[in-house]
Amino acid sequence: MRERMARLRDDRLRWHPTANPYVRMALWVVGGVLAAVVLIFGEPSLLVNGLLLGSALALAAIGVTLIFGILGFAHFAHGDFMTLGAFVAYGLLVGVFPAWGLTQAGLGPFTFGFPLLLALPAGVLAAAALAVGLDWLIYRHLRRRLAAAMTFAIAALGAAFAMRAVIRGTMQAGWDTQIGQLPRESRQFIQLPLDIGIPPDNLFLGLAAALLIVGLYLFLARTRTGKAMRATADNPELARVSGVNTQLIIYWTWALGAGLAAVAGTLIAVSQAQFTPLLGWKMLIPIFAAVILGGIGSLYGALLGALVISVAMEVSTQWISPSYKPAVAFIIMLVVLLIRPQGILGKSAQDR
Amino acid sequence: MELADLLTYVSGVAILASVYAVLALGLNVHWGATGILNIGIAGFFSLGAYTSALLTTAPPDPLQYEDFKFGGNLPELLGPLNLGIDLWFFVAMLGAAAVCGLVAVVIGFITLRLREDYLAITTLGIAEVIRLVLLNEKWLSNGSRGLYGIPQFLGDWLPPHSYDLLYAGVCLLVVLFLFLALNRALTSPWGRVLRAIREDEMTATASGKDVSRFKLQAFILGAVIMGIGGALYAHGTRFIDPFTFDPFLATFIVWAMLMVGGSGNNLGAIVGAFLVWAWWSGTQALPGFLSGPDLRYFLIGVLIVGTILLRPGGLLGETRWAARVAPPGAEDRERKGDDRPG
Repeated sequence: MRERMARLRDDRLRWHPTANPYVRMALWVVGGVLAAVVLIFGEPSLLVNGLLLGSALALAAIGVTLIFGILGFAHFAHGDFMTLGAFVAYGLLVGVFPAWGLTQAGLGPFTFGFPLLLALPAGVLAAAALAVGLDWLIYRHLRRRLAAAMTFAIAALGAAFAMRAVIRGTMQAGWDTQIGQLPRESRQFIQLPLDIGIPPDNLFLGLAAALLIVGLYLFLARTRTGKAMRATADNPELARVSGVNTQLIIYWTWALGAGLAAVAGTLIAVSQAQFTPLLGWKMLIPIFAAVILGGIGSLYGALLGALVISVAMEVSTQWISPSYKPAVAFIIMLVVLLIRPQGILGKSAQDR
Repeated sequence: MELADLLTYVSGVAILASVYAVLALGLNVHWGATGILNIGIAGFFSLGAYTSALLTTAPPDPLQYEDFKFGGNLPELLGPLNLGIDLWFFVAMLGAAAVCGLVAVVIGFITLRLREDYLAITTLGIAEVIRLVLLNEKWLSNGSRGLYGIPQFLGDWLPPHSYDLLYAGVCLLVVLFLFLALNRALTSPWGRVLRAIREDEMTATASGKDVSRFKLQAFILGAVIMGIGGALYAHGTRFIDPFTFDPFLATFIVWAMLMVGGSGNNLGAIVGAFLVWAWWSGTQALPGFLSGPDLRYFLIGVLIVGTILLRPGGLLGETRWAARVAPPGAEDRERKGDDRPG
């Protein structure tokens, strides 16, 4: 401990309060106590639904962490890819499918009908195509210019802004509203012991997200492209000289990240039974809180971080107004940045 | 249109353009000079506006408002000391600057030692939290109903309909003052260290500069300037609510202004602010969907991306002091390494 203190004192961060191990320890204790309070006093219902909703957040967070791992910048447009996926699904369900006679809702125990299962892949394809298109149009040139990571981030913000404006404009022109209701049939909550009530759609959301995460794991672990992706994330130069087509890998990354985001956005829209053009933008802080909590660049970390953040946000509604949910995620993020900037599963402190 | 109407219109546009110019100058200290990515301008902007407004408005009538309690009533308190120049205005502006500086200290303390992305997402988060607090804490900010009756600076001097004209002059003076002061600060040795940090933190550290401390100073300075912009805004429009400070109109348009004008260049920030705001308010008169907000939002996004891709330096670009003495071709070699603003 003494050696560690001495090293920290020599650090250029010596004026920082968290360089003091006792302060750090105190913050850890506070964090631990808060986590215990959430687990012990949190309503079981909120805990379970937080976990289920967290799996959708995880889909988005995994995309951010993938893009960060391979392209090396914080993708601030990620929320708007969620919006895009949900918007395409909404547009099909409300604007296109009824004309074809596909209006069924209330599939089995769920509020939505089978048309959603057609609309979901369409949203994924649209988001993936647009992400690859934007890379071709914007990021490819920035890479060739060896632009700084922050330049990419600003470009992403600009692109996000333009995308959202197009979606808003289309909503306004097509439906004359900014809050779209998804077609649904009301259904009973699934009752479990301990007074746990789960909206059936949340169950679907959790299952779909779990399936996709397992699929992504298999893709990254087993397929040639997945392995090449991990190699590129690890060391792009080495991957290139080993014969990996890094440009292709980058396109794969965009398609995967945006596709997962589109699924997450659609599932969240279904769970909230409505779509707004701000749906994804509002998720941006929870997404990044999850990524940072888990350790930026770590896939398991993103999954774990998303579950923790989501449970904390849901359980917090027991005590404070639900509108402060993003603030809860933000506070957790600040505390993590104070006591463990590399996140739970992040790499060494050298890298922070 | 009569001349008087035209003057009122032009001075109204000039007030807002000057407020945006102040914000763009603040962002130029962050991004243009130091390379700090602040995407929470709306947070500092609203904090400045609300601080100044709450310090100067009269306390709310308890019969009218159940839960809203706040109102500093500075003009009354400082009545005897006004000296005919409305001293409260400067006190309130100082208060706004101090609150923004304080928030910047806290955020900067936590995030400036970390990777740059962390600061970016933190500024976004703090802006969102401030917006949520202003919306939900009715006792503090009157919630979504906003604050009315914010006093006018030098309001006694002129009849009300000429106020905008006078205030536009005040705003332009503030812009001019900040422009001169910042030009001085950013060309000083202190500003040179900031640019060194922007180009390469490692080299700046190796030259014995305390990078975290310089970044914190720059972050605070920029935030303070944004707070001043907020105070200017509050006393110009005399009414503020949380929706005024949504991320589109309060953060991204400022980014577009700085990028278009030329980041790293104070004059560029001001020119960008006036150009973009003139375009923004000018296109409101267009027919049909051309004047709708969505097309203009879209164009703001395109403007940001387009500037980065096609003209990274913006209209004016940064004066490169090194290039004047360096051998020919040095600038090209330098550009290949990194293309942060400038």
